[in-house]
Amino acid sequence: MKIVIKNGRLIDPASKTDEMLDVLVEDDRIADIAPGIKAKNDDGVIDAAGCLVLPGLIDMHVHFREPGREDIETIYGGSKVAAKSGFTSVCTMPNTDPVIDNQALVRFIKLEAEKGPINVFPVATITKGMKGGEISEMGELINAGAVAFTDDGLPVMSSILMRRALEYSRMFNVPIITHSEDLELTDDGIMNEGRNSTILGLKGIPSESEEVMIARDVILTRLSGGRLHVAHVSSGGSVEILRRAKSDGIRVSCETAPHYFSLTDDAVAEYLSMAKMKPPLRTEDDRRAIIEGLRSGVIDVIATDHAPHSMNEKMQELEYAPFGIIGLETAVPLIITELVRENGFSFIEAFEKVTVNPARILKIDRGALQAGKIADITIIDPGKKVVITEDFILSKCKNTPFLGRELYGAVQYTLCNGNVVYSRN
Amino acid sequence: MNSLKRKDLLDIQSLSIEEILLICRSAKYFKDIFTRSVKSVPILRGKTVCTLFYEPSTRTRLSFELAAKRLSADLINFSVSTSSVVKGESLIDTVHTLEAMKVDYIVMRHAASMAPHFLSRNINASVINAGDGFHAHPTQALLDAYSIMEHLGRLEAGTLEGLSIGIIGDIKHSRVARSDIEIFKRLGAAVTLCGPPTLVPDTFALYDVDISYNLDDLLPDLDVVNLLRIQKERQKGSLLPSLREYHRQFALTVERFRACHDDVIVMHPGPVNRGIEIDDAVMNSPKAIINEQVTNGVAVRMALFYLLAGGAPLEEMNEEQRGTIENSN
Repeated sequence: MKIVIKNGRLIDPASKTDEMLDVLVEDDRIADIAPGIKAKNDDGVIDAAGCLVLPGLIDMHVHFREPGREDIETIYGGSKVAAKSGFTSVCTMPNTDPVIDNQALVRFIKLEAEKGPINVFPVATITKGMKGGEISEMGELINAGAVAFTDDGLPVMSSILMRRALEYSRMFNVPIITHSEDLELTDDGIMNEGRNSTILGLKGIPSESEEVMIARDVILTRLSGGRLHVAHVSSGGSVEILRRAKSDGIRVSCETAPHYFSLTDDAVAEYLSMAKMKPPLRTEDDRRAIIEGLRSGVIDVIATDHAPHSMNEKMQELEYAPFGIIGLETAVPLIITELVRENGFSFIEAFEKVTVNPARILKIDRGALQAGKIADITIIDPGKKVVITEDFILSKCKNTPFLGRELYGAVQYTLCNGNVVYSRN
Repeated sequence: MNSLKRKDLLDIQSLSIEEILLICRSAKYFKDIFTRSVKSVPILRGKTVCTLFYEPSTRTRLSFELAAKRLSADLINFSVSTSSVVKGESLIDTVHTLEAMKVDYIVMRHAASMAPHFLSRNINASVINAGDGFHAHPTQALLDAYSIMEHLGRLEAGTLEGLSIGIIGDIKHSRVARSDIEIFKRLGAAVTLCGPPTLVPDTFALYDVDISYNLDDLLPDLDVVNLLRIQKERQKGSLLPSLREYHRQFALTVERFRACHDDVIVMHPGPVNRGIEIDDAVMNSPKAIINEQVTNGVAVRMALFYLLAGGAPLEEMNEEQRGTIENSN
């Protein structure tokens, strides 16, 4: 089966291509990329006029809540939401119930993912039971399909254990992904510590809670020679530490989430628990620093930290509501609205953060739109407005502070392994 | 201006200065009523007030209940321990139940900051914040401002300009401090916060206040000394080495009291830790208006209920019209 994608503007950050080119998909591969490809009689045709044709997007940080909280989200359901949002590959975080710390559970995720429309790359825990005590069987977990390790949701508080994890993982050359937070400094905080937390009388989480742990882990990476990937960077201080680490030649990469370049902690008074996540929304200076970190390349990746929670859980007093917001469906519109339109990013600069960069960090053969590659393709109309309403949101959970926002950038088609897994109309 | 055009009273920030003064001046009238022989008036007859307290409180709750009763409202109260809330019925469900029973006013005390704000957006009944977490305690601030203005004969003028007010103690964890700072600043006072840096974070500078770590230096300049209750558990989080040391540095002792000028006013929102933030002898001084604050609290809360119910400004009425309110049964 063949599909021709015609009249589109092809953006391939891996090869820095930004040209009007057609794409021929044959079975699960990209057969040809050229101007003016003619479709044969029985070929499928997608008219991408006015649209960007991109490599299938990669979100290296999602919570699909299965096993354990299938009432909130499942691997299958989350995969459908991802496809609708333009993502063809996601990394699922292992802080499920039970946590993903053995090969049987990694295989379970892979098996569940086969029912769904997109590629799921499981991330397994750094420590057994995510208890922070002993490192997991990394070799067995990788053999089963894990691509990285993290105790995300919790930091690895023990410095010696973090050192050992970074050292041991060297023989597999996989990233150790950190949720960088000093829980003692966080001290049951609810939101960013500063002006707004003072006025609202809410316990603050200083950005130093994140920064001291990133600094520690950068230093431990220098010592151990492992590969560090810092999840959900939220503060300007963190960007500065990571910039310095990279210029020192330490093997470190990092990601931020769309809400950190779109919102500040001013949103908490208005959206209450819908603006509660960890790390918390920071100040306008931090937001600017995140944008500049993305521009300069200190921040490699945009990942959503998609974290569904039921409305019952979120419709509580701010202090009692859980941390986290959904992010998949607002990711493309926020990237286009905030980075491209508001801050002058080129499409290549913006979309390398969700294609080639995460693919390189995860060492997966995805994220490039070139002949011979797997046909994971996302087609986006960057000028089309979307309104983030409850109806727009396919995710079972609607916990997002962007409800009601009008944004630019509509995902028109998603192809995964050569199949159309989502089309807008 | 006519009464209060609002459903809820959540914090001082959202009140205009006209609303603050309207409440304070109306309070004077209600204080006159209940310090005479007539203690109750039929203003809220047929209305139901529910005090919903998710945190223990004696004086605030009693004060609201007395205020409601003196206005002839039907009163119910609902106490919930925080532990049962976490396990049991959600706040929203509890309040929807109250609303189904046609409660008009919900007076809520809650350990979680912003809980009344969250609630007010999701129900139709009027929500009055009786203290939420560390965030706000607007009726305490109103009664504190009222008490100072009344004591100094400034109710007509409606200003605290030229006064230097010190708030001493655990500012960081105090909803009273936040609401007091807001109202004192709005009314034109100069405010200084005093306590150890662990309890007086630099971020409070955002309120355009001074911060002092030395009470002895500060006291002679103060017209009002507003002491806060120091929670005994602050020692555990290493915020204080000991209550003994706190007393040594920040208590209003008899010796320190001598350094204050002659017209100083000493205030405390209560309940007082005698011997920790204030010495007995100072509490018993005529300059301490702590009991007067309690009396004023009832008056301010009566005024608030009256105005939220759509009552017209009493100061614009003549004697006869006022008399009608008192005797309209």
